[in-house]
Amino acid sequence: MADQQGPAEPKPGRRSFLGFLGAAVGTGAAAAVAEATGSGVVAKAEAAAAQPAPNPNIPGYDWSKHQWAFGVDATKCIGCLRCVEACKTENNVALDAHHFRTWVERYVYLEGEDKAHIDSQADPVNIAASGSEAHYRFANRYQDAKVEKAFFVPKLCNHCTHPACVQVCPTGATFKTDDGVVLIDHTYCIGCQYCVQACPYGARFFNAEKHVTDKCTWCYHRITKGLQPACVEVCPVGARVFGDRRDKESPISRFIRENRVEVLRPETGNAPNVFYIGIDKEVG
Amino acid sequence: MMDLLFISAPYSGYVYPNETVFPWGVLIVVYPYLTGLVAGAFTVSSLYQVFGFERLKPVAHFALLSSLCLMVFVPTPLLLHLGHPERALNAMLTPHLSSPMAMFGYISLFYLLLLIMENWFVFRPYIVEQGQRRRGLLGLAYRVASLGSDDLSEKAMRYDRKWIFALAIIGIPAAHGLHGYVGFVFGSLKSREWWSSDLMPPIFLFSAIISGTALLIVLYVVSCWLRGVRVDLACLKTMGYAMWGFLMFALLLEGVEFGALVFRGREGIDVIMEFVRGPLIVPFFLLQFSLGAVTPILILSYLFWRGTKGLPMAIGIVVSAMLVMFSVLMMRYNVVIGGQEIAKTGKGLLTFQFEVFGREGLITAACVLIAPMILLLVMVRVLPPWHDPEPERA
Repeated sequence: MADQQGPAEPKPGRRSFLGFLGAAVGTGAAAAVAEATGSGVVAKAEAAAAQPAPNPNIPGYDWSKHQWAFGVDATKCIGCLRCVEACKTENNVALDAHHFRTWVERYVYLEGEDKAHIDSQADPVNIAASGSEAHYRFANRYQDAKVEKAFFVPKLCNHCTHPACVQVCPTGATFKTDDGVVLIDHTYCIGCQYCVQACPYGARFFNAEKHVTDKCTWCYHRITKGLQPACVEVCPVGARVFGDRRDKESPISRFIRENRVEVLRPETGNAPNVFYIGIDKEVG
Repeated sequence: MMDLLFISAPYSGYVYPNETVFPWGVLIVVYPYLTGLVAGAFTVSSLYQVFGFERLKPVAHFALLSSLCLMVFVPTPLLLHLGHPERALNAMLTPHLSSPMAMFGYISLFYLLLLIMENWFVFRPYIVEQGQRRRGLLGLAYRVASLGSDDLSEKAMRYDRKWIFALAIIGIPAAHGLHGYVGFVFGSLKSREWWSSDLMPPIFLFSAIISGTALLIVLYVVSCWLRGVRVDLACLKTMGYAMWGFLMFALLLEGVEFGALVFRGREGIDVIMEFVRGPLIVPFFLLQFSLGAVTPILILSYLFWRGTKGLPMAIGIVVSAMLVMFSVLMMRYNVVIGGQEIAKTGKGLLTFQFEVFGREGLITAACVLIAPMILLLVMVRVLPPWHDPEPERA
């Protein structure tokens, strides 16, 4: 399950197509029934046709009852990178420096400089410090410099309200679920990588073993069972917050309500659902 | 094992970790190049069929046949690129209508059918004649290809001409729509400043027209040389004029687009300028712009200004055509690969790593480009498109 991208069942591309066929057949059938038995049955058939889309085939889970969102408190992140490690393990992500469902960026302003020095755990210097691409740490590369300001920014898929990746997918293999998560159907993706190009956040990558695109699912296999995403679960300082916006007292609802939050690259119109506090002008 | 599955690109500055593997390689450079040649070759044919450029008669049918041979191979670079080519039809079975790519299958299928139909009408007299004359398997093939329609009376031919005219007219928006749409695939993305431009479709279109015309100039001269017939210089000059005019327009559009990009100077412009001043100097300024575009404009301007005739003119036009074809290939490269070399962070640059062997390597790309020429070599024997001014040897 860990390497699955969400549930196997819901495929809105096909579902809406089949739904369209179903509606057409249903309308025909309803008309036939109306002739035979009167309008009461017709109303019933129409009600059946108007029912919401089926839920994913996950026992005890109703995606129409949730609206997931994610929060990042950059003022709390200490750059320990346990989130990156947990994500790679939980989701069976390739253990190299070029494929990440989540990563952490470090911004360092040195005295007298106007621009930040930016790196992530994938930087060669940091890999040299950790000893391998499969281990993650930030090298102490600024120990001899005068640091004016420094902070870490965890990054992941923004599960946008208007996702550019979903817009460009030619088959509908990547789709937005009713509970607000953007998933990829790995059995339907043709591997054209147009979505990888379209994502302004660099959140998507090509899974070279499965020949399909891949990205963060907010650990859909966990959250639909009432668990937290792996990265949130392991964060030792509570820099990552996850929850249901339908629940006004959930951690994410309070995070958004009690802070002045911002999103990355709002000018793209993608309307991200990862909300940040404590980021700076150069973070994008 | 993992290092065999992908090639990672070296970079400078800050790039997103996932960006270090380029999503699109040289096959996606070849793809718009091929569709461009299709559209350009069709344009030459339409200039005769629809707009009555009689001087282009010697190449009109050849252009149509070339367009078909190229079009047959248009899907190959895409199929070779896909992670799951066996699922390619998913895009046609359940097209996701918001995607510019979803309509590719339908548009290209429509255009392929149109090309097949127009070619059939154009070559029908030859097919019928061969079917009646030849015996054996080849004769049978021609008889099957005639679809039982062997009426060559003046009335039937008038009817055919009507169809050819109609198909050629529909073909103009279809061919240019197919290629303009390729420009839209890039221009509509808001994630990359290098691509995100409303001018991308017309830039692709005009570069398509010049590359297709240039290809025909080269193919026509080579075909005359191979068959030992005289080159129709009036025809060659007309194609040279068309290439010259469209080339100036294409260059202007690219200049306007680049000027607007620099002038707007949105976020990330610093790194774009770093790219322009550094890695872009050889592939763009030297190869695409100076050698591929300015040089042929100068050569052609000189030829037409001085009224050069005969062999020197033919050589000048053919050399210019070869440079233009190279320039357009470099333009596709600078758009597709160049766009990915500028990091989405707006804070770093990547360097594309060429792959020679392998499914998406240079050898595969070269094969995809050569394959239509081999098919054309066969097709001109099956359906000779020649209209030579005089049969004597040159």
